[in-house]
Amino acid sequence: MAEYQGVVHTKSREIMSAWYDRLAAAAKNGTPSACIMISGNCVEILRSFDIEPVFPEVNALQLAIRKQSLPLILKAEEMGYSSDNCAYVKADAGYTFGEGGPSDGKIPVPNFLVCNFVGCNVYIKWFEHSAAFLGVPLVMIDVPFLHPDGKPTEGDVRYVVAQLRKLIETCEKVTGKKFDIDRLREICALSARAGAGWARAKELCQNTPAPFDAYFDSINMMGPINVLRGTKDAADFFDAAVKEYEEMVAAKKGPLAQEKFRIVVEGPPPYPYYRQFRDLFAAWGAVAVQSTYSTVGGIWEWGFRHDPKRPLESIAELMLVNNLCNRSLLQRYEQIKRYVEEWKADALVIHSVKSCRLFSAGQGDMRDYFANQLGVPTLLVESDLEDPRYYAQAMMKNRIDAFFESLEHRKLLRRA
Amino acid sequence: MIYAAGVDVGSTQTKAVVMDGSRAIVARSLIQTGAMVVKAAERSFVEALASVGLAREKVKYVVGTGYGRYKVNFGDAQITEISCHARGAHFMFPGTRTVIDIGGQDTKAIRVGASGEVVDFAMNDKCAAGTGRFLTASAEVLDLPLEKIGALSLEGKDPVRLSTVCTVFVESDIMSYLSQGRMPPDILAGVHRAIAARTMSLLQRIGMEAEYSMTGGVARNIGMVNALEEKLKAPLNVSSESHFMGAIGAALFAIERAEAASHEHAQAHLGGWTDGSGEGQ
Repeated sequence: MAEYQGVVHTKSREIMSAWYDRLAAAAKNGTPSACIMISGNCVEILRSFDIEPVFPEVNALQLAIRKQSLPLILKAEEMGYSSDNCAYVKADAGYTFGEGGPSDGKIPVPNFLVCNFVGCNVYIKWFEHSAAFLGVPLVMIDVPFLHPDGKPTEGDVRYVVAQLRKLIETCEKVTGKKFDIDRLREICALSARAGAGWARAKELCQNTPAPFDAYFDSINMMGPINVLRGTKDAADFFDAAVKEYEEMVAAKKGPLAQEKFRIVVEGPPPYPYYRQFRDLFAAWGAVAVQSTYSTVGGIWEWGFRHDPKRPLESIAELMLVNNLCNRSLLQRYEQIKRYVEEWKADALVIHSVKSCRLFSAGQGDMRDYFANQLGVPTLLVESDLEDPRYYAQAMMKNRIDAFFESLEHRKLLRRA
Repeated sequence: MIYAAGVDVGSTQTKAVVMDGSRAIVARSLIQTGAMVVKAAERSFVEALASVGLAREKVKYVVGTGYGRYKVNFGDAQITEISCHARGAHFMFPGTRTVIDIGGQDTKAIRVGASGEVVDFAMNDKCAAGTGRFLTASAEVLDLPLEKIGALSLEGKDPVRLSTVCTVFVESDIMSYLSQGRMPPDILAGVHRAIAARTMSLLQRIGMEAEYSMTGGVARNIGMVNALEEKLKAPLNVSSESHFMGAIGAALFAIERAEAASHEHAQAHLGGWTDGSGEGQ
C-alpha cells in the first residue's frame, strides 16, 4: 500500500548495492575486510585504512527480508544452537558455518572481527565462534554498558579510546599501512555531515504529515548512516534525502495518501514479513513519525556529531552513550517519551522480539508505563526480527486492527 | 422495522445474531466452524434467518467478526472481536469496565470506556496456554465431557498445583497426578485455578476496574466463573448470551451503520428541497 519510491529509495539502493559489489570484489581480490556490529560502531577507523566493513547483522536481515533465513536458522539449531538463541546470530551461524557461506563469493572471509558491542553476551559469543571457526583474530572492545545518567565519564572515554588504539594496531598489521589521523579527521567530518542530514530528516517528521515513515522507510537510511557512514556517498545521500523531504513537507506529502494516525514504534521490524507488517499499519493510515530502532547505530537527533577535532574521543562517545543499544531501559523510556511529545504521536507500538531477551525484557513494564501512567495508547505485539516461525499474520492483524479500531473510536468520541 | 446482523466466525464455533432497530435479538444460531470457513459463515447466517422465517434482504447490514471475519463474504464490514466483545458486554451490562473473554484459542482482557469503547486490551501470545483449549485438553485426558468439568471442579477440596499452563504439557501433568491417585475433582480445581491465574496476569497488564463481565464460550463453565471470581475478589457479570457476545457486538455495530445509512439516504432525499447548494441546511 505504501508505494512511494522517491530519490531516497533509489539512491539508498544504489549506494548499498555498490557496497555489496565492493564486498564481492574483496572476496575475489583480497582487499582487506573486517566484520563489525551495527550497534554504536567505529566504522570510521576501518575506513581510514580502506578496510571494507562487513556487517553480519545486515547480512542476516537481508537474508530474512528475502525469506532465506529459516533454512540457515534450522541449520544452526541442528548444530546445537538453542531455539531461544538470537535468530540474527543463528542465521549468520548457519550461513558462516554451513555450505555456501562466506565461500559463496558474495562476502569476503574477513581478515579479523571487531566486537564493538558487548552489552549482549550472545553477541560476544557469536563473534568468538565466528573468529574461532574462520581462524582469524578477534578485537574485543569492552564498552562500559548502560550509563545510569547517559553521560560517559572522562575515564570511560579514555578507556574506550585506548582500546580503539589497539584496534588501530591490528588495522596497521593487516594492511601494512600507517595510521593517518588526518585521514580519520576527514572521515569524521563526512560522518558528521551524514549525522546532521539524518537528524534533519527525522526532525522533518515533526511535520504533519510526516514526509516519510520513520520506522519502515528508515531502513533505507539506516544502511547509509550505519554502514556507509564516513563516505562521501553517505554524506551526499543525506543531503539529497533532506532536500527531497523538505520538498515533501512543503507540498504536504507523506508516504501514504492520508496520514490518519501518528505512531512511535519501539523494536525492530519482523524482517521476514516486513511488507505484510507494514501494510497492516498502512491500511489504517498509520505513519511512524519516530522509532527507536532507527537509533540502534546512533542517536543524532539530539545533537551528537563526530568531531574531526577529537576523532577518537567522539567515536568513543557514540559507542558509549549515543546509540540505543548502550542505553538503559529508563533512558529508552525517556527517548520514547520525547518522541511521543515532540513528534506529536497518537500512540506507541512496541514490536517485541521473541529471540532477543536483552531488548524485549522490560517491554511489558514499558507498555504499562506508557499506557497506564502517561495515558499514551500502547500496543504490544510480538514476533521476531529474523525467524519467520514466530510471525502469525492473522493474530498480528487482529491485534493491530483492534488497536486502531479503538483509537478511531476514541477520536470520534472526542470530536462528538 | 430495520434489521442487521453480526456473524462471529471463531476458531471453534461460528455464531450469528440478527437484531432489530429496537436492539432486540430476534434470531441467533451457533454451528461448528470446521474447515470450510466461508460456508460456516453463510450457514450460520442462513440458519439464524430460517429460525424466525426472516427474508435475507430484510437484513440491511452485516458485520463480520472473529478470526474468520474476512470470510463473511456477504458482510458489509469487518470489525475485530475485541471491539465486538467490548461492545456486546457493555450492551448487556452497561457498568462493564473490564471484559474477560476466554475463547477456544484466545484469552483476552479488555478495558472498556463509559460508552463501550475499547480503552486497552491484552491477549495471550502465539500460544494456547490458559485458553479454552487448555480446558478441552484437560477434559480429554480425564475422559470427561467438556460441559461437566466446571461443575466437577467445584467438588475439589484440595486442588492440585499444576506445574504448567502449557496446553500440550498439561496432559502429562494430569497423568502424573492421576498416577499419584489424585481424583478428577481436585485435578480440575487445579486446572481452573491455573487458567484464572493466567487470566489475572493479562488483567493486570491493562489495569483492573470493576465491573467485570465475562464473555466467550468458557463463560458457561461455572468452575471457571468461580475460579475467576475468587481471584478477582469481585463478582463477574455473566450473561446467558455470553457465547454470542462477539456476534451481539457485531450486530450492534451493524444496526448503527444500517441506521446511519438510512439516515443519510433520507438526508439525501431532503437535500433536493434545500437551497440547492448541496450543503444541506
